[in-house]
Amino acid sequence: MSETWIILGATSAMARAFARKCAENRADLLLLGRDMPELKRIAQDCSLRGASSAEAVAFDARNPAKFAKIIEQATAHSGSLNTAVFVGSMPEQADIDADPTVLDGVVQDSFTGPAQFLHRLAPYLEEREGGTIIGVGSVAGDRGRVGNYVYGAAKAGFHTYLSGLRNRLARKGAHVITVKPGFVDTGMTWGIEGMFLVASPEDVATSLMKAVQKKRNVIYAPWFWRYIMLIIRHIPEFVFKKLSI
Amino acid sequence: MRWKTDDLSGWGGALTREAALARPERHAALAEAMAESPCPAIGMRRSYGDAPLAEKAIDMTRLDRFIGFDAETGLLEAEAGVTIADILNTFAPKGWMPAVMPGSGFVTLGGAIANDVHGKNHHLAGSFGQHVESLVLMGPDGSSQRISLKAKPKLFRATIGGLGQTGVILSARLNLAKCPAGRLAVQERRMDDLDAFLEAFASSRADYQVGWLDMTAKDINLGRGILEEAHFSSGPFEPPRKARSVPFNAPGFAMSKPLVAAFNWLYLKRIPEGGRDRERALHKFFFPLDNILHWNRLYGKRGFHQFQCVLPEGEARATLTLMLEAVVASGLASPLSVLKRLGHGRGGMMSFPMDGYTLALDIVNRPVAKALLARLNALAHNAGGRVYFAKDSSLDATYVPDMYAELEDFRAEVAKADPARAFETDLVKRLQIRGQK
Repeated sequence: MSETWIILGATSAMARAFARKCAENRADLLLLGRDMPELKRIAQDCSLRGASSAEAVAFDARNPAKFAKIIEQATAHSGSLNTAVFVGSMPEQADIDADPTVLDGVVQDSFTGPAQFLHRLAPYLEEREGGTIIGVGSVAGDRGRVGNYVYGAAKAGFHTYLSGLRNRLARKGAHVITVKPGFVDTGMTWGIEGMFLVASPEDVATSLMKAVQKKRNVIYAPWFWRYIMLIIRHIPEFVFKKLSI
Repeated sequence: MRWKTDDLSGWGGALTREAALARPERHAALAEAMAESPCPAIGMRRSYGDAPLAEKAIDMTRLDRFIGFDAETGLLEAEAGVTIADILNTFAPKGWMPAVMPGSGFVTLGGAIANDVHGKNHHLAGSFGQHVESLVLMGPDGSSQRISLKAKPKLFRATIGGLGQTGVILSARLNLAKCPAGRLAVQERRMDDLDAFLEAFASSRADYQVGWLDMTAKDINLGRGILEEAHFSSGPFEPPRKARSVPFNAPGFAMSKPLVAAFNWLYLKRIPEGGRDRERALHKFFFPLDNILHWNRLYGKRGFHQFQCVLPEGEARATLTLMLEAVVASGLASPLSVLKRLGHGRGGMMSFPMDGYTLALDIVNRPVAKALLARLNALAHNAGGRVYFAKDSSLDATYVPDMYAELEDFRAEVAKADPARAFETDLVKRLQIRGQK
């Protein structure tokens, strides 16, 4: 059966690595993002790597008016309809402190934008009684920290949304995977101080593919972040509030 | 563009420096980085010495997309950050492969061009750059142009093997060769000494040839080793399995003389006296060490130097003997020493190959290594040979004009392409390749 993957935020390093894996599996790809010339390069690359089809589609998480049309285009593909969400933005906390309206954009990019998209798509998955959604959140969503709590809050909202969506779609045979990556070697983390145990985007993409095959619910990528976050979540608040980790 | 301050070193690890690195994730970001501060491009840093070292550099590894492929002619267009193994793994199942492949598949397309690398079939296929139809080059002002041997012969020939001095290679069109099968028939034969080796090379008709030398053997065994000859057999392409990794730097004694001698003896004796034939998957033959990630850590944290020279045929026997004697006497030999025949094929003004024999060996980075390297460099110079920039960390700058006859043409072309010397690397400065300012 043919398989379609809709990839939101397809220019990110993790998304590119994941799209290549889908291409090697001969999937049809819809690559969504803002940078059209770049998306076209990625689409061409995926075609040469084996994708049955690969199309660049303009998508802006902050412009939900366009979502319906994109979903119409995606649902034209028959067979299993799958989605992977890699969108999100993490401005410097200082920029948000200087202009708190920046906060709205972060929430739209990382939570409400993709959530609205998935909400419009969900009925189709229910109708077809199948399909997988991968929502990429962040370990930053597990606990608010002084360095990036706005980004963390948006991702926490997204995690909760995905949990509810999983609950809803499970009744109809569709599956939702929440992914919480730790530090991944992408443009977002390049040159930032204090990075450790940095994973490659290829390794994360491999864990995503495994999670799809095994129908996992919530995964950390790489896996050991589950235990790092287990500890971080259990630090008592009266201690945590004095830490800067 | 965010710049990251990091320690930068080549594969040998003997030369290290702090550098500011930008790594564009998308095409537009590269132009942005170049506009901020034009600087040399680097890839997977598989050059051994200071060829990939500079105060500032642009890491091209994320610009690694295939752009186009003509299944009729085998012409592939790809971004510079694509690796050779990626090309092989993607296109071998379709019956195509790079015509020239260096000993590691981790090398990027851009790096393969900028060092005009060669493979085990150099005597037949020539160098990597000879299979480049055209390439897109970005100058220090951020503007890019497509160049080829027809359209801009001088600039093109200065770019092939040009160590990144003419600009940043963004993408290239590469003529792939037909890949007749997924496996090679490999014949391995023991060679008793250097004479036996050179005779075997001279008479070999194999498509792929490479010799492994036991650099701990002396006297009548001097130059003994194993000759591998290979040609395509049959069978489908097999993708490589997940590689293992050397997790940390090995202690200093790992490359001590008795251990290396013992390893070499075992390595030699695993080939039966009458030789043996076996079938190998492509990647196992072409990239024998790629299955062990970070194998350079076996040399410990001091790292190692690599020396590779090519000697003209007439001088080879005498000079190789002197070189082997010098290495054996130093006791610095490593298990990785390679002897190969080269043809005359070269793609650029500063390309390494010449008709003759090439010797490559690793030398542990100990204080006494310096004298040995100086001796080897001088021997190569005396013999009218060349030292390979992709490997070098020790050459004397005064030898460069003798070794590279087209140096003046190269300098003239590079001075036009990059007048402010934005693309100078540590190697280029150390060897004064672009001349005095």
